[in-house]
Amino acid sequence: MSEVKTGIKDQLDIEAIRKEFPVLHQEVNGKPLAYFDNAATTQKPLAVINALNDYYKGYNANIHRGIHTLAERATKAFEVTRESIRAFINAKEREEIIFTKGTTESINLVAATFGRQEIKAGDEIIVSELEHHSNIVPWQILAEEKGADILVIPVFENGELDMESYKKLLSEKTKLVAVNHASNSLGTINPIKEIITAAHAVGAKVLIDGAQASAHLPIDVQELNCDFYAISAHKFYGPTGTGALYGKRELLENMPPYQGGGEMIKDVSFKKTTFNDIPYKFEAGTPNIGDVIAFNEAINFVNKHGKSAMAAYENELLNYATEKLSAIDGLDIIGTSKAKVSVISFLIEAIHPFDIGQMLDARGVAVRTGHHCTQPLMERLGIEGTVRASFAVYNTKDEIDRMVEGLDRIVKFMK
Amino acid sequence: MPESIKDIQNSIVEEFSILDGDQEMTNFYIMELGQKLDAMDEHLKTEENIVKGCQSKVWLTADVDGDAVVFKADSNTAITKGLVSLLVRILSGQKADDIVNAELFFPQEIGMDRFIGTQRSNGFAAMIKQMKMYAFALKSKIEA
Repeated sequence: MSEVKTGIKDQLDIEAIRKEFPVLHQEVNGKPLAYFDNAATTQKPLAVINALNDYYKGYNANIHRGIHTLAERATKAFEVTRESIRAFINAKEREEIIFTKGTTESINLVAATFGRQEIKAGDEIIVSELEHHSNIVPWQILAEEKGADILVIPVFENGELDMESYKKLLSEKTKLVAVNHASNSLGTINPIKEIITAAHAVGAKVLIDGAQASAHLPIDVQELNCDFYAISAHKFYGPTGTGALYGKRELLENMPPYQGGGEMIKDVSFKKTTFNDIPYKFEAGTPNIGDVIAFNEAINFVNKHGKSAMAAYENELLNYATEKLSAIDGLDIIGTSKAKVSVISFLIEAIHPFDIGQMLDARGVAVRTGHHCTQPLMERLGIEGTVRASFAVYNTKDEIDRMVEGLDRIVKFMK
Repeated sequence: MPESIKDIQNSIVEEFSILDGDQEMTNFYIMELGQKLDAMDEHLKTEENIVKGCQSKVWLTADVDGDAVVFKADSNTAITKGLVSLLVRILSGQKADDIVNAELFFPQEIGMDRFIGTQRSNGFAAMIKQMKMYAFALKSKIEA
């Protein structure tokens, strides 16, 4: 007899999940904390904190060249994370995963290596109006140096990319398309598969900024067929200061090294230095070993609860917040794309986002205010910034109610 | 004679003590003070009159009235407007020398950096500095 699927078994125990996050259980300004700044950085479960603690207490050692036991243990744990990331994004081989400080460094690495080598005067790099500064500025620096041009995919008022315009921007001059999987400011989920396929048709390579997608969306780099994919551990429950770059093997092998130093070499002499194989060629110097090891626990956390179950719950929070916020007098939701991760940006008529942010903080509700490192997007939308609430798996409807209550009080006062 | 800089500060400290450190009430109170600030003419809200070092926009002007310096201010955010209104209340109408030499103890007494945070505290310090600079610059004009 086949088991009857009720769905209940698939539901997450949010109270139990909350217990995994020590930081959530505190008062801020005399009120219980409601942390809605997850698009900036998520909180860390105890397993991540303990992993970091265990490493420094138990087996801190420099990796890869040590013959002693601690070095062996540290190396093993470090490389376990590489394999976990490979599986997390379904890369073909572990050598295609390069550790970096995070998404920003991953993008800069590609600009400084692939970009330096492949981009010539008159070439074109396509980004979108939705990009975070870290997926704009490295390309601007490169374009400036090379005499290349940056072309921009426009965004519609609702926060969706204008795909027709994108296709018109593509030509044989296009060498690289760099776009995000999901927008940090508006939550828009971009049709990256379509973007990648169209770019490849003109022979361009594609880099995906996955900073905001990693916590919420399934990532399969082989299925997407992207050339590069960049992530940060701290956006999905891992430590700050570590992340990864995925790159296709043949691209990585052809790229020049990023930084020179230890680890990235095979042999050094004053006559000639030969470089190590990938991924080590791009990992000069002692890496952030402790955080990389703890990063593995963040991936385990997501895998344990299931990314799709987490995303379904976060989507429920997003819908709930959208409904509740829409009912507030004078409140305007910025970014109403059909497909969104759990990010909600808004403005309230005649009330500055800074005031809203500070007033909510007084009630223990942490939101982000400002341009969210997307000034070109803000300019396109004709605004200076927004208030942004972004949800993680440990948030609750009750917390959203408290935010709404706080907003109601501000609106009432300002009238 | 206006009330002294010290006396006005003491009144402010007393007013804030009633709020008992409740952050939300304090914010509402500061915004209420801002709402009472005399309106600033739109033509004075120029790039030139913006106080540098504030995250919010703060416009500040200073004029001479007899032997006193008169300040006008506004901000694009309600809480910052309330904060600058406190400074206007204390320093506007005072003698230039008194402004330059003023010891502003009220922010510390009311625990301001606790409820406005580091960024706004830095902005607040920038406002005070700008007001003192204006007073210093206008001193010679008054004396002449």
